[in-house]
Amino acid sequence: MRRTAPAFALIAAAVLALAACGSSSTPAATTGAGASSAPSITGTITVFAASSLKEAFTAIGQQFEAAHPGVKVVFNFAASSDLATQITQGAPADVFASASGKNMTQVTTAGYAAASTPFVKNTMEIAAPPANPFKVTGVADLAKTGIKLALCQPQVPCGSTAAAVFTNAKLTVHPVTLEADVKSVLAKVELGEADAGVVYVTDVRAAGSKVVGIPIADGVNASTTYPIAALTKSTNSAAAQAFVAYVLSAGGSTVLTADGFAKP
Amino acid sequence: MLAPALVGVAFLVLPLVGLLLRTPWSSMARILVAADVTQALRLSLWTASVATVVSVLLGVPLAWLLARSQFPGIALLRALVTLPLVLPPVVGGVALLLAFGRKGFVGQYLDQWFGITLPFSTAAVIIAETFVAMPFLIVTVEGALRSADQGYDEAAATLGASRMTVFRRVTLPLIAPSLVAGGVLCWARALGEFGATIAFAGNFPGRTQTMPLAVYLALESDPDAAIALSVVLLVVSVIVLVGLRDRWLRASPFR
Repeated sequence: MRRTAPAFALIAAAVLALAACGSSSTPAATTGAGASSAPSITGTITVFAASSLKEAFTAIGQQFEAAHPGVKVVFNFAASSDLATQITQGAPADVFASASGKNMTQVTTAGYAAASTPFVKNTMEIAAPPANPFKVTGVADLAKTGIKLALCQPQVPCGSTAAAVFTNAKLTVHPVTLEADVKSVLAKVELGEADAGVVYVTDVRAAGSKVVGIPIADGVNASTTYPIAALTKSTNSAAAQAFVAYVLSAGGSTVLTADGFAKP
Repeated sequence: MLAPALVGVAFLVLPLVGLLLRTPWSSMARILVAADVTQALRLSLWTASVATVVSVLLGVPLAWLLARSQFPGIALLRALVTLPLVLPPVVGGVALLLAFGRKGFVGQYLDQWFGITLPFSTAAVIIAETFVAMPFLIVTVEGALRSADQGYDEAAATLGASRMTVFRRVTLPLIAPSLVAGGVLCWARALGEFGATIAFAGNFPGRTQTMPLAVYLALESDPDAAIALSVVLLVVSVIVLVGLRDRWLRASPFR
């Protein structure tokens, strides 16, 4: 036992040292061939993206990696408000794709991004379990008594956009839970614990047959525009810029449109 | 030998220093009297206390069973009931949802027969907290029962005391210090419960939003509030630790 104690301490010290090194190593700086129209890029980039982008960005990431051998794209999907806080607290990220302008502004005003570009728009839809136990047919049903309604919490884009829908429809709702991000709302609906949830159109499509989507009338629906930016503190800005360019290109927008996103 | 030990100390203490350095002391009072904060604090104290009472009522007899009986499979039983000690709490929450949720294999009958649905209710918070915290009490009390001198129990029994009387008048007073220590540990664990709660009970202010959930969710919108709430939980933890230490020192008759 005497000998194991320093060994443990050494391991702990090693873990600390590793942690201090951070994850996004491999600086870009590929010199020489970079002068031509397609600069060769290498290394790893970390993309912080809104939960609702999970399916589309995973596909785009694979295409981007195929187009740029030697580049690895790592994703962190979470609520945009959560990601914005992480970035301004110094989390190692190269690209930020937010589900709302507000959370992007948080990042740009703190000096972590110079400018952002809107790339898609998303609208809201009601998701219900396949059997639709509460027989939800429209937004008005969400205000009925006895319904177990799941929403995102108000500081998350899906929560504030859903709140805009209820304001437009002049409805007061009584949700049973305010989840941390849109995928958590969807999970509560998929498990049948919630009778309905207000999520993005794209989430309903991504969930396939696990939920049924009930459209919200155009007159009351609300939307949010997604901006994307390469971050100034990126240690691999060449690859970060290239990824943003790819998302904005025809290839990227084909994937996004196929997943149900609208043009901004 | 000394250097790695100091690294260890720094590793454990620095985050707490960081918390205290960033604490918005001047606005602390304003943050803590905000309605949603007092609501979360009250809910946390209430649910942790109820979870502790439930844990005592169910956990002490269970600890007694584990310590004093011999039957095949008791080792397996002990492993099963103390599993939540090592299980990631969020896994516990998912498991609770699949058992006691509206579509769970137990929960669907609660809904059909009694019209009771547990998720998203304060009861769900208490269940989640009890699930993760009760094993702390069981382990502590079982240990005490094992080390307590059974001669007193036997003497009382030979003098004609019933099993219940022996337990109430002899065994329980003997293990009282450990019961208190286990209860405090259990309460502290319940107070800090996060993963199982957010998975099983969801998040709604005043109903299921306990302090740890409020801290986590406030970090996104109002970091100062998250820090202030964290300091409150830190203070509670220190009080528990100090109280427990004192109790333990007095508890042992061998020192």
